[in-house]
Amino acid sequence: MKTVFARTPSLKDCPTHYCPGCGHGIAHRLVAECIDELDIRERTIGIAPVGCAVLLYDYIDVDCIEVAHGRAPAVATGMKRTNPEKIIFSYQGDGDLASIGAAEILHAGHRGEQLTVIFINNAIFGMTGGQMAPTTTLGQVTATTPRGRTAAEQGYPLQVSEIMALLPGVIYVERTALDGAAGVRKTKKAIKHAFELQVEGAEGLALVEVLSPCPTYWRMPPAKATEWIKTEMTKVFPLGRLKG
Amino acid sequence: MTTNGFCEEVIIAGFGGQGIISAGKLLAQTAMKAGRQVTYMPSYGAEVRGGTANCMVVVANEPIANPVVTRPNSLIAMNKASLNKFGPRIKPGGLLVMNTSLIDTEPDLDKTIEVLAIPIDDLAAELGSPRSANMVAIGAYLQKKGHLTPDAAAQALPEVFAKRHHQTLPVNAKALHRGTEFAANGS
Amino acid sequence: MSQRVLMCGNEALAEAAILAGCDAYFGYPITPQNEITAYMSRRMPEEGRVFIQSESELAAISMVFGAAATGKRAMTSSSSPGVSLMQEGISYLAGAELPAVVVNVMRGGPGLGSIAPSQSDYFQATRGGGHGDYRTIVLGPSTVQELVDYMPLAFDLADQYQMTVLVLADGILGQMMEPILFEKRPGRELPPKDWALTGAKGREQNIVRSLWLAEGKLEEQNRKLQAKYDQIQKNEVLCEEYRLEGAEIVVVAYGIAARIVRSAVSRARQEGMPVGLIRPITLWPFPTEQISRAAEQFRLFLTVEMSSGQMVEDVRLAVAGKAPVLLHGRPGGGVPTVDEILDIIKELSVSVKR
Ligand code: SF4
Repeated sequence: MKTVFARTPSLKDCPTHYCPGCGHGIAHRLVAECIDELDIRERTIGIAPVGCAVLLYDYIDVDCIEVAHGRAPAVATGMKRTNPEKIIFSYQGDGDLASIGAAEILHAGHRGEQLTVIFINNAIFGMTGGQMAPTTTLGQVTATTPRGRTAAEQGYPLQVSEIMALLPGVIYVERTALDGAAGVRKTKKAIKHAFELQVEGAEGLALVEVLSPCPTYWRMPPAKATEWIKTEMTKVFPLGRLKG
Repeated sequence: MTTNGFCEEVIIAGFGGQGIISAGKLLAQTAMKAGRQVTYMPSYGAEVRGGTANCMVVVANEPIANPVVTRPNSLIAMNKASLNKFGPRIKPGGLLVMNTSLIDTEPDLDKTIEVLAIPIDDLAAELGSPRSANMVAIGAYLQKKGHLTPDAAAQALPEVFAKRHHQTLPVNAKALHRGTEFAANGS
Repeated sequence: MSQRVLMCGNEALAEAAILAGCDAYFGYPITPQNEITAYMSRRMPEEGRVFIQSESELAAISMVFGAAATGKRAMTSSSSPGVSLMQEGISYLAGAELPAVVVNVMRGGPGLGSIAPSQSDYFQATRGGGHGDYRTIVLGPSTVQELVDYMPLAFDLADQYQMTVLVLADGILGQMMEPILFEKRPGRELPPKDWALTGAKGREQNIVRSLWLAEGKLEEQNRKLQAKYDQIQKNEVLCEEYRLEGAEIVVVAYGIAARIVRSAVSRARQEGMPVGLIRPITLWPFPTEQISRAAEQFRLFLTVEMSSGQMVEDVRLAVAGKAPVLLHGRPGGGVPTVDEILDIIKELSVSVKR
């Protein structure tokens, strides 16, 4: 008999600390499944961000490190260059990657580091209490944009993937969304491809931006949050393969 | 500076491009090969860009504590600014090697200081190698002080210059000897 | 290399790091230590090892963090303003208990300061430097040969205690050349790096972390760190004493300042003045015991440092009021001269006699 929802071995059998309807749990599962399907668990090192997913290692059963806010791509560089046979992935939120770690991701891409980057974009700072992220959309109300983000005051949402796709050292960029079953499938395909490239030794960085719901700080029920990704977020962050 | 025994503290000074740094390195390398203790300290960074360059070399028979030369026994002054800056610091009884190609004034120094006035740039130009002025200076200085021989310095040349400059070794050796000759004969 | 070679401090320490088995060097240019980065860019690839010029000092120390977490010997180097930027990473290295070697070729501050030699990062180096309750081992060599000799020690100490070892040099030491000998000495016996991230093959997942949220867990982790630091204070102090026999005045100085003081002390002795030198080699752990013992014996202490007075605080803590502790500090890139130190010693000798 075929079990439909078998837990992949690299995903630990424990409840997560994430809010109901949060995208992190799904993204973790997808990462774990890809690792198992590619049979790379025993040579994979994961890098946790500072943000809601800081306890990544409590859920994904591979060697893991927790690093300073935004520095994951630099840490990953140090690991991969000294251990070319290992598979290194970073898992970063929008505050981590697009704000404080903008320099590190840009330069890791610029150097063409052989890394897999999972970039979770939920347009907000979750862990610190719902403040504005660089990816917060215009009009979006957050703890630090109480009147809604305006271009004049806070600038436009930062389209990191578009920027990264411009760099010759970046070989694959795809933006997907956890906005339903189809979106989840596409996300998994993208994540898997980003790992495959590293496994094959392709020369350059692979980045998957995942639009992911944060019902808690979007202040909406999970179903509405998925809807908001479809109707609002994808307007600023269009889905699809940007490079590779 | 050592508690006793031989200790020679030299400042070599001029402007950037006069080969001050390689002159100092040559002296240090020669001293090391002769089994002496030696320290070499260059001016660095902004000063190098700003046009002045100097370095301090200490040669001794015993381990050298302090590499920073404030009162040199000898000064090799390649231009006027260097003479003005470091001349007054020469110890009584010390030596000044003064490049008269670029310094046209008489130095006003302690009477016990020996002055070797030598047209360093002109001598180098006569050899067809204006850039070897620094070697003329070292040759003259060594002839006066006698703690290392110009021949030993010539032998140390290959270790001071990068391989890509090794075609200049013969002319630099010649310049060393020209300086020595001038210091010995006054011409 | 069993022959004496003439090398500047920056290049010599870089070669010594390579001989000590440094697997990876990450750095960002800053004067007066650029020779280290340039030397490594040439030599590391020759040895089949890793060199990266990083985009910033933040990235450099983070790359060290990553390489160290996989069990490799990694280092970075910088000068004062750059080392300020590295404090984030150094704190994380302390929290995660990862070994690393950081070289600071100090220059004048605060701010952009100058590129002149200085010793004004003593507080930053010996107090931890970043956030949190932690220490780094700090070595303060005073000759190019010592730089060479202490690099392997720095890597060994880092591996043994799983922490950052800071080599605190300055612009003079980095730039000056001296004849040196590279001698292969046996290293320390080191514990296996079974914590390293190498892929969870045939074992449970390894995690390198510094976040401890469960109640009491971080306090427990901190106590563990402190117990380690206590061991280091007990076992790893290095300090040199020079001409203390019959002394009444003790000058305390480290690094390049100690060399200048040594010349002054040797001249003062020739002139019959009762003066000696204590030179801390490890700045943390500080030779508190040695100085405390000296305070029982000698009448007066003088600290000479190229700062407005930082190490003097440790000297005062060690002397604990048993004798006066004076300071001769040259901040902002000032370098003391033998003559000025000698003058002070002369004055003090007179007052001690009275
Ligand atoms: S705050 Fe948002 S991102 Fe964080 S766990 Fe909750 S839903 Fe997920």
